[in-house]
Amino acid sequence: MATLDLKGIRKVFGSTVALEELSLSVGSGELVSLLGPSGCGKTTALRIVAGFEAPTTGDLLVDGEDFVGVPASKRNMGMVFQAYSLFPNMTARQNVEFGMRMRKVARDKCRARAEELLGLVGLAERVSNYPHELSGGQQQRVALARALAIEPAILLLDEPLSALDAKVRVDLRQQIRRVQTRLGITTLYVTHDQEEALSISDRIAVMSDGNLEQIGAPADIYRSPRTEFVANFVGLMNGFEGSLQAADTVVLGAAQRPIRVNDAAGVTVGDKVLVLIRPESVQLEELADGASAPEGVIEGKVLMHTFLGSVTRVSLSSDLGDLVADVPSIRALTMPPDTRVAVRVDPVGVRMLKR
Amino acid sequence: MSFWTIFWLVMAGLYFLVPLYSTLEFSLETGQHQYGLKWYGQIFADPAFRSSFLFSLRLSVETVIIGLLLMVPTIYWVHLRLPRLRPVMDVISILPFVVPPVALVVGLAGAFNAMPWLLSSSQILAFAYVIQALPFTYRSLDAGMRAIDVRTLTEASQSCGAPTWKTLVFVILPNIRTAMLGGAFLTLAIVMGEYTISSLLLFQTFAVYMQYVGETQAQPAAALAIISFGLTWGAMMGLFLLSRRRGGGRGAPVAVSR
Repeated sequence: MATLDLKGIRKVFGSTVALEELSLSVGSGELVSLLGPSGCGKTTALRIVAGFEAPTTGDLLVDGEDFVGVPASKRNMGMVFQAYSLFPNMTARQNVEFGMRMRKVARDKCRARAEELLGLVGLAERVSNYPHELSGGQQQRVALARALAIEPAILLLDEPLSALDAKVRVDLRQQIRRVQTRLGITTLYVTHDQEEALSISDRIAVMSDGNLEQIGAPADIYRSPRTEFVANFVGLMNGFEGSLQAADTVVLGAAQRPIRVNDAAGVTVGDKVLVLIRPESVQLEELADGASAPEGVIEGKVLMHTFLGSVTRVSLSSDLGDLVADVPSIRALTMPPDTRVAVRVDPVGVRMLKR
Repeated sequence: MSFWTIFWLVMAGLYFLVPLYSTLEFSLETGQHQYGLKWYGQIFADPAFRSSFLFSLRLSVETVIIGLLLMVPTIYWVHLRLPRLRPVMDVISILPFVVPPVALVVGLAGAFNAMPWLLSSSQILAFAYVIQALPFTYRSLDAGMRAIDVRTLTEASQSCGAPTWKTLVFVILPNIRTAMLGGAFLTLAIVMGEYTISSLLLFQTFAVYMQYVGETQAQPAAALAIISFGLTWGAMMGLFLLSRRRGGGRGAPVAVSR
């Protein structure tokens, strides 16, 4: 299995800078997702790795070997595209065989390997079907089998699930992960769907405006975002201006509401900070009629509910501003809109970014 | 179907069929209320018919080959790498409609003045016909390329290890086959019926022969018109059958998920 290194990759289209000095390493057998909004440069990075675009500057190394200038057809990288990309004139099996035929693999070996791979992606019964006879999900599975058939050094996936419906997307991403883990192929996966990235990746590289904002394991990215962009893009965050009052206490907003924090690394007492609180770390307690929140506790009023299944997202107004809390749906029933609540924050779920 | 739909369909049918029927009847009439294939036999027995027909057929094939060899890679490259040139290509492709064939012949004579061997060779006709057929070849191929995702298919093919020429041969061409056939048959129809250029350059093509027969023999000319119509119709049916016989078809990608 191969390693992939992007070193200071910069890409400029006319006057538009698509990538700013992107450096990224993907270990052997690792699945790294490039996650970001449209226009952040993630697909450009993938296309540079695939050989469809040349970097303006920077190095691209596969197993330490310079790949800049190597034609796409000689890179031995399997790719699954966002658009359905099966060759319409070929059956599923012929599509999978195509790469092997280009490599002059014996016909019977091509056939056996194609059938094995189509079996691996659950399409053993559809080998003779043409693309127009397959659903979108099936076409993408054939495309995955085709990409794997050439035994690629690197597998590249460019938003392969974005054209599919939600149920198929979940099934197929699990299948992709299963196959990738089983074959141990180094994989670069581009997506704008944070849930997809969080569920499938060994590491996630979050990108914004051509820059790499943060790279890390999914749990680290979610729990410890290093920038406001990452905090807002990966999951939902409540954000408040504040300042660190003591090693374990931060005060929020003009009201100077104190909340406890567990981790104040990188911040010293007196620093102005952006305090980030995940909705699941916000705990609500109904207040009796006429009662006020205890001293030092934030008081809020329920504005609306968004039912998400097992949890309900409760939107609140408070003297700090608006915030959201994820509450078990069965608990949310007891606090309909206009209910006054005491808002407590679990210190474990509080992050601070120095201003 | 409403009354008016049927009415206009019948009117349109009569508009096309009455002249055809009249020509057919005239071509079969051998005497007072007598019918036969005499004029057809006369046409087929005429060595000038065979030689002019085969000459025009050869020119058609040459024109199709030269046209496709020029246009397929050009249009493919424009779709793949230079999509901003498409409006320019659109304008260039309709120039043959603007330039009269007489002007084209004068231009060709001037341009190839230094190469008299080419001017006197029938090859010059094929080159001129490539220009004449350009609007049809270009539009047919352009429509074919628009119907497929040229860029994604090319990149998918390259990622499988295929160089550009193999991508073109194994992936692109099979998927624009109908467009190529359409362009080829339109070219064939144009070349088989082209009169002005071949007449001015003094070549005895099928159209020149038809014109000669039309001037001198009324009923054989009608038979010739029917033969010519039959050939064109046959070509169109050939296109229709070939496009239906496609193995996988290349319909639009299915957008449903299962």
